[in-house]
Amino acid sequence: MSAPPVEPADTHLASEPAAALRTAWRVGTVVEARPETSSARRLVIDVPDWPGNDAGQHLDVRLTAPDGYQAQRSYSIASSGTGTRIELAVDELPDGEVSPFLVEDVMVGDKLELHGPLGGYFIWMPQADTHDPRPVQLIAGGSGVVPFLAMVRAHAEAADPTPFRLLYAVRQPDDVFYRQELTQLAANGLQLDFVYSRTAPHDWPVPAGRITKDALAGFAIPASEKPRVFICGSTGFVELVAGWLIELGHGAGDIRTERFGGK
Amino acid sequence: MNHVDGNALAGQLSDLFAFDLTTAVGRCINCGTSGMLGAAMVHQAAPGTVARCPHCGAVLATIVESSDRIWLSLAGLTAIEVTKPG
Repeated sequence: MSAPPVEPADTHLASEPAAALRTAWRVGTVVEARPETSSARRLVIDVPDWPGNDAGQHLDVRLTAPDGYQAQRSYSIASSGTGTRIELAVDELPDGEVSPFLVEDVMVGDKLELHGPLGGYFIWMPQADTHDPRPVQLIAGGSGVVPFLAMVRAHAEAADPTPFRLLYAVRQPDDVFYRQELTQLAANGLQLDFVYSRTAPHDWPVPAGRITKDALAGFAIPASEKPRVFICGSTGFVELVAGWLIELGHGAGDIRTERFGGK
Repeated sequence: MNHVDGNALAGQLSDLFAFDLTTAVGRCINCGTSGMLGAAMVHQAAPGTVARCPHCGAVLATIVESSDRIWLSLAGLTAIEVTKPG
């Protein structure tokens, strides 16, 4: 009698989401560092034992001072997939303990201690894996756009049929992360909207100002289409937007949030 | 510093569990609401980390770390449900 067919182990592993892979502290080497905006920097880090990550996951960076003092912060990953090179875009917080080092000081060739990939809650996976055809609304406040970069890139790469819309609230045009890439993605199916809170481009139809419930209603996929919504930004921004979405009829269970603190 | 989401616990909890606890569903012992831990309200400004129920505000979990120890309490959670990997 022959043995029952057994799925090859490697096929089985390949179908597992990266979130299921064991996370660990790892050492990465900075291989690229360039300014993203006047206060932010894009870093590409090579991590030889990186197991890959899902779009939207984060990692922790730990810095150790010569006297042994350690500081640790979480950063969203702008890349996803199976490669060993991961990309971060870090905004410098004036009173930060980790971001000033990553934005001002770290150089190509430097090594960083990283813990990841982390978190299976705030992730997007292609419809081929989830069989969820609902449209996806992404809402970013400032540097909260970083996990969405991973998502819109993964969405484009997979030629995924899920309707994707990104609402990006930012202070001024110069603060936009990944402008060129987002513009290209917008030309290829991503619905991209900006809300400028401080200064709008001179030809912009809407005056600059804080995001309003009306603007949100105009730029977000309506509740009647039952979109899955991801919101990432400062705690104040996320609270405001999530509250309005509930008032606009979105289900609390359809909204996932990633607050990064602050006001 | 305002609260963040349960998603931010992923790093600390991965030191303790072989699976991602932020996607596990737990029931609040106070109000009975079930939800993913990733959706909890997490306060990190205290000496430790405190996760609260997003519905009733009751404390679900606390994590305190020193240089060589981690204290974890899940006293506010019951019936944690985890998806088996693979």
